[in-house]
Amino acid sequence: MYFTSFEQLISMDGHGFYVWFCYACFVLLVAGNIWAAKHRQQRLVKQIKSQLRR
Amino acid sequence: MSWFDNWHLPKWFYQMASPKWFFDFGARLQPWFAALALLFIVCGLVWGLLYAPADYQQGNSFRIMYVHVPAAILSQSIFLMMGVTGAIGLIWKMKVAFMVARACTLVGASFTALALITGAIWGKPTWGAYWVWDARLTSTLIMLFLYTGVMALNQAIADRSVAGRATAILAIIGSINIPVIKYSVEWWNTLHQASTFTLTAKPSMPPEMYMPLLFMVLGCYCLCAWLVVQGTRNEILDQERQASWVARYLEDQ
Repeated sequence: MYFTSFEQLISMDGHGFYVWFCYACFVLLVAGNIWAAKHRQQRLVKQIKSQLRR
Repeated sequence: MSWFDNWHLPKWFYQMASPKWFFDFGARLQPWFAALALLFIVCGLVWGLLYAPADYQQGNSFRIMYVHVPAAILSQSIFLMMGVTGAIGLIWKMKVAFMVARACTLVGASFTALALITGAIWGKPTWGAYWVWDARLTSTLIMLFLYTGVMALNQAIADRSVAGRATAILAIIGSINIPVIKYSVEWWNTLHQASTFTLTAKPSMPPEMYMPLLFMVLGCYCLCAWLVVQGTRNEILDQERQASWVARYLEDQ
């Protein structure tokens, strides 16, 4: 591991905010894209199923 | 032109054109893309964030590279994919190709936004400014506008085949922007640094710095493949809901 302490990992010598913000954006965007795709699939399945029953 | 008449595309090219075939084949591919994406991205993130050494000039802020570079690469690749599938749809009148292009838009736009956001954040400690009107940044912003244009056009036209053709033309014309983005750092005097990563040359970084980047790029390609396949399968369900195979598929769900 490059960092010697947890505090150092968080602060990253003053660059912590920039780095962690970018990684958080990445994780949020990936999760959001996956959720949107799965959610649309579920909605479509439900919708088409109710159409078929009619 | 007899050589042209006798020339055939491989069988899979025509199989891809069948919505049902793509729907089933995509479902079989997805677990592989998901597993590879998870493996590569988790390894790349942990390695890049915790184990890679800091840059001697930029310090720890260079770790932003591990999300910024894959996002930028993917945003351009997906745009090209949108242009190519749009062209295939126009030339061979393939519905599925338009559906793939449509599935590309949101994924591509969000990766472009991510590249711009992480780039801006990286710019602050490195250049002293969040944004400069540099050729690389400006051409990438134009790409984001092109993505939103394609999305708006898709929303505005109710007829899917008309929307597919209209957006294909916009995506093909917009692809001119891709080489502009790529060569902007060479054609103009830019603040943005040149590529750290090329297919042909040996990387200028040591392996413990570029390996996490390679993992992240590969992982993001797999992730986007999963997303585009899922998006296309959603489009197929939406547009083929009248087909009997869809009813049979939903019975098992």
